[in-house]
Amino acid sequence: MNIEEALPTFILESRELLEDVEARLLRGPAEMDADSLNAIFRGAHTIKGSAGLFQLDHIVAFMHGVESVLEGVRDGRVKLEDPLVTLLLACTDHARLLIEAVAAGEVSANAEMERAGAPLLARLGEYLEVTQLTAAVEKPRAAIVQPRPSGDSALTDHWHISLRFGPDVLRNGMDPLSFLRYLSQLGSIAAIETLSDALPPAPEMDPESCYLGFEIAFASMADKAAIEGVFEFVRDDCRIRILPPNSRVSEYVALIDEAPPQAPRLGEILVRCGTLTPHELEAALAAQQADAANAPKLGTILVDEGMVQPAVVDAALVKQKQLGDAKALDARSIRVDAGKLDKLIDLVGELIIATASTNMIARRTRVLDLQECAATLSGLVEEVRENALQLRMVKIGATFNRFQRVVHDVSRETGKDIRLVVSGEDTELDKTLIERLGDPLTHLVRNAIDHGIESPEERRKRSKPAQGSVRLNAYHDSGSVVIEVSDDGGGLKREKILAKAIERGLIDPERSLNEREIFDLVFEPGFSTAERITNLSGRGVGMDVVKRNIVALRGTVHIESDEGAGTTVIVRLPLTLAIINGFLVGVGKSVFVLPLDTIEECVEFPSAPTHDYTNLRGNVLPFIRLRDLFEVSDPPVARENIVVVRHAGQKTGLVVDTLFGEFQTVIKPLGKLFSGVKCISGSSLLGTGEVALILDVPALVQQAS
Amino acid sequence: MSRAKVAKPLATATRVCVEGELTIYRAMELKRALLEPLESKNAVEIDLSRVTELDTSGVQLMLLAQRTAAAKELELRFVDHSPAVVEVLALLNLGASLGLGASEATARGAL
Repeated sequence: MNIEEALPTFILESRELLEDVEARLLRGPAEMDADSLNAIFRGAHTIKGSAGLFQLDHIVAFMHGVESVLEGVRDGRVKLEDPLVTLLLACTDHARLLIEAVAAGEVSANAEMERAGAPLLARLGEYLEVTQLTAAVEKPRAAIVQPRPSGDSALTDHWHISLRFGPDVLRNGMDPLSFLRYLSQLGSIAAIETLSDALPPAPEMDPESCYLGFEIAFASMADKAAIEGVFEFVRDDCRIRILPPNSRVSEYVALIDEAPPQAPRLGEILVRCGTLTPHELEAALAAQQADAANAPKLGTILVDEGMVQPAVVDAALVKQKQLGDAKALDARSIRVDAGKLDKLIDLVGELIIATASTNMIARRTRVLDLQECAATLSGLVEEVRENALQLRMVKIGATFNRFQRVVHDVSRETGKDIRLVVSGEDTELDKTLIERLGDPLTHLVRNAIDHGIESPEERRKRSKPAQGSVRLNAYHDSGSVVIEVSDDGGGLKREKILAKAIERGLIDPERSLNEREIFDLVFEPGFSTAERITNLSGRGVGMDVVKRNIVALRGTVHIESDEGAGTTVIVRLPLTLAIINGFLVGVGKSVFVLPLDTIEECVEFPSAPTHDYTNLRGNVLPFIRLRDLFEVSDPPVARENIVVVRHAGQKTGLVVDTLFGEFQTVIKPLGKLFSGVKCISGSSLLGTGEVALILDVPALVQQAS
Repeated sequence: MSRAKVAKPLATATRVCVEGELTIYRAMELKRALLEPLESKNAVEIDLSRVTELDTSGVQLMLLAQRTAAAKELELRFVDHSPAVVEVLALLNLGASLGLGASEATARGAL
């Protein structure tokens, strides 16, 4: 395996692990259960271990500090309280910095990193001292049985590796010898015992089965992950136990205990390998025998006698279980380069265009068989399209959970007690969308906390609960994804917004605006209602940038607010960026595409009304004549149609000549030249090779109202 | 290709010479070849000088032969270990139990 190639995976995994650690830390000490603690510890440990593989010594050193304190927490020697959580959060930030530096090609620490890391390590060290002191007080007996330095591992000592190969290893084409040879490249095999006890008598012995086991004392600077890596290919066929240097005696005993018939022998082997001292073995085995009558678990004995703490045994068990779980998860998902997916989507797009023209030609030939084939093909291509797009869909939950940290930090800075409520985490949307949503959402959440939610005193005055809440919600709605950021704060004050907008010359004082128009002013460049400027927001930049970002994603944003009760910012985004289900309409010789999801119904155009609205089942329906809008010069046909489209709850009619029906539309962006054109969001190729313009329904609806 | 043949001993021992690979690919055949001489009452000498390759299944067969012989209270000796055999037995720390004396090991090394 080429180490360099694995580096991006390391970076990705580390990012994910840090995210997970952070999320768990943010739940606070009160809700920290053993599982969470273990996960945090494992995260730190894995990053340290993998960093070691890549010789990222500065990361190893830093994570080692973090891991040591976490180990203390897990063992119950260090109390996990708020200051420590804050310190650990700072540590995850620093670790992230280090990882990003590696991603940027900086593989060793620079002075700045060291300056940033040193105080963190020093503060971690304070916890460690306490740890070691309490450890010494609590475990005097363990100290006698285990005369080695506890805690940090001395490099002079050996790893102990216990291998039992499964019967099928040889048949699967693998030779245990080659793993041992490979192992000896990572360090030196100080001692090895070959175990042949499992070898059956001659008649039953199948020469193609493997019966051997090995106990190995291994001197190496490599870390556990690296050693485990050696046995990667036989992991499923083989029972492997790897004990780091200076493991607790109990772990060796557990190893002995795993093979009851050979127990005494295995014990001797451990001594012979130099892994255990005879004295240590004696002590452990004596304890085992003394209680043989009651047949308790060895772990229990050791715990009872105070040699190890229950946490250690539990942790070991949990760890094994989780290793299994992780493997099962691995099998269910694979990591794919995003570039490959994009390429696939591109190809599917081309495929759709090609199928469309095949269809058209088939129809023209009037060969029934060919038409049938083409129809089947279209059906399949459509399914492929659905699936290919599905590949890019990611649940928004992970993004939402990242805001726990934002809320934690910002509420601390502002002195407000705020909780984040998340719903709709399972809503899926395009990965590119999710990536580009991060910044606007962060801004909205910060805004909600900073401006939306009142100070605790004010909340009490208004008899609201002292704890404010910010809600993130997501759901699908007719071809778009809706993301809501709401708070239960003071709400927007209409008069204030109006006054400010007039003061800034954004609107004419004479003009009367409805509520929604007033709230939309907030998104105007250079608008800010904050009475004082904080370091978070309120500098007059922000909301307009948020809007720009969202519009760039073909989305819209608007605000609903109840004064005194709270504000909700509603972001609407298209489900995907690449391909849509379209509906073809014709005006004269021009063909336009409407996103199918936005279409409510098609009705016949009532003959020649002179005004710009019509009566749709008793309701007023404003409409736009596309012929006029796009200045199509061909004369109108006798029977025109109205396509009723809907966006954000508002209906509008579009007057067109012909309805062509559904069409799979691959969105091609318009050239820069057309960036100023309104009401058109893109173009698409028809099967005939003609270009059809894709109508921007939100813009049209806005124009009609 | 490689094969195992049984030759009549010069002394009282049956001498088996393993030629070529002592590996999984011939494990079935070799099991028979190594165990058959143990049916007799004679001591058995297994000549390993012409073994070109030894793998885990080969090692298992050697251990099996040795154990079977011990059960029948027969004398079984592995002699003239080839370099390939020496390397594997050293790796597995089985030299002492599979007939590789310290002197023999060094003598082999000198060759």
